[in-house]
Amino acid sequence: MTAPAVARVPAGRRAVRWLSEHLIVIYAVLAFAYLFVPIAYTVAFSFNNAGKSNLVWRGFTVDNWRNPCGAPDVCGALVTSLKVGLLATVLSTVLGTMIAFALARHRFRGRAVTNLLIFLPMATPEVVLGASLLTMFLNLKINPGFATIVVAHVMFCISFVVVTVKARVASLDPRLEQAAMDLYADEWQAFRRITLPLAAPGIFAAALLAFALSFDDFIITNFNSGNVNTFPKFVYVSAARGIPPQANVIGTAMFLVALLVVVAGQVLARARRRG
Amino acid sequence: MSSLGSVAASTARASGPPEPLGRAGRRLTPYLLLLPGLAWLAVFFAIPILALASTSVQTRVPGAEVGVYAQTFRWANYPDALREYSAQFGRAFEYAALATVLALLIGYPLAYAIAFKAGRWKNLLLVLVIAPFFTSFILRTIAWRQVLADSGPVVRALRAVHLLGPTHSLTATNIAVVAGLTYNFLPFMTLPLYASLERVDPRLVEAAGDLYANGFTGFRRVTLPLSMPGVVAGTLLTFIPAAGDYVNAALLGNPSTAMVGNVIDSRFFRVVDYPTAAALSFMLMAAIFILVTLYIRRSGTEELV
Repeated sequence: MTAPAVARVPAGRRAVRWLSEHLIVIYAVLAFAYLFVPIAYTVAFSFNNAGKSNLVWRGFTVDNWRNPCGAPDVCGALVTSLKVGLLATVLSTVLGTMIAFALARHRFRGRAVTNLLIFLPMATPEVVLGASLLTMFLNLKINPGFATIVVAHVMFCISFVVVTVKARVASLDPRLEQAAMDLYADEWQAFRRITLPLAAPGIFAAALLAFALSFDDFIITNFNSGNVNTFPKFVYVSAARGIPPQANVIGTAMFLVALLVVVAGQVLARARRRG
Repeated sequence: MSSLGSVAASTARASGPPEPLGRAGRRLTPYLLLLPGLAWLAVFFAIPILALASTSVQTRVPGAEVGVYAQTFRWANYPDALREYSAQFGRAFEYAALATVLALLIGYPLAYAIAFKAGRWKNLLLVLVIAPFFTSFILRTIAWRQVLADSGPVVRALRAVHLLGPTHSLTATNIAVVAGLTYNFLPFMTLPLYASLERVDPRLVEAAGDLYANGFTGFRRVTLPLSMPGVVAGTLLTFIPAAGDYVNAALLGNPSTAMVGNVIDSRFFRVVDYPTAAALSFMLMAAIFILVTLYIRRSGTEELV
């Protein structure tokens, strides 16, 4: 008993050293597993031969993928979410980018108030944002619906756009614009030919972020949507009686599309750096 | 990754001083740039908050329909609401604090591994951190309900090793709610942590080693202090939405795990008791602002936007 134990000690010590060297990597792998468990479930259950309730595994099928609009309302809710997302993205990106340029490139009175008005919506819990906006709509006798969803989404997206674009613009060298103006570009030309193209990646990132925030928002939407269904609201409401597997199909498809966009962006950026 | 990096960086990085281009004729331009966006925020954020403030001190009109309230400046609505829902209030902050600590414990090593150990896989791993965002937040929370269900793998494993009795479950418990909160806000914690860790110059840690600091001391005295802005930004980005969340408690909990968000939601929609919902909203917001201010003061990072 003792002999093999003695022989095993160095191996054990080696194992301990290997563990302590790779501990953080092992930890990271476990953390990633934690992040991906529910996604794996979502993807797997899009192939479930679910019948009425998609809670238990009942066998593999591709029918849900062949007929993603098979469940009532699911595609209607998706289309509403896409429409809201696009409108909110365009509006909030334009408004937020303008504020970001003002903050990064101009000197003006009221900077503190502006910063506060940008910061507060990000620091306010969604349930308060949603409840307050609905209170105002009710006071004004406005019935919540599609328009109020868009209004709400633009409101909470602006701050994130400002922060994202401002970070990019602040990292640009202002001397580039000054050089353009030294070469007789007027202010507008310098902006359009120099600043805007350089800031474009930041604006694009902000637009993506705004779309993601809008598309996935539930709490504020739930307060201000009346009886209009967005995709997250559809999923939440149907959770009580069982979510149709088509919702998993749409969730999985959105996941793949978004991943594709990000990876394509990466590859393009790398190609441009090389070329 | 620069685009996503900038998203993360911007949450952690403080704003530098404005770069003045200083030309006399440009005084009006900033105001024209600011006006539409700030007007939007004034009309759809600031005014609604005031409307909520006004509603929070209204009382029911006797004999009128359900949902009709009149302004009576009844400040007692606040202590009344707090007394009635102190449990849900306390729970919201308790769960949010727990979830924030757990997310920090999971997210810090994760961000550290991506920043220092990932090599050329760094960008891919960052994409994987934000990948959960790409499936719907509600769908993921419901997936957790399946993972933690009695027939799911976690409960079966825990029962097999007798950590969980045969009649005990994980769904509809406070454990499930905290796990869901931790999960849903983990990327918000990890990204700013990564952004600040990535900026730590490895030569500083090497220098600490040259000065006879061991690995742990080097981390504690060099890396950790330099990553504090990320810790502050990450904890705020996790704690604030977690304290106001009601989706996790509604989907993963039971009535005795309800958080203040659940009460605000049900007061609004099921009971049509707008003043109580408004008073609770205000107290939630005030409590979060006070905690955030204290926290930022203590951690000494005042520039957040």
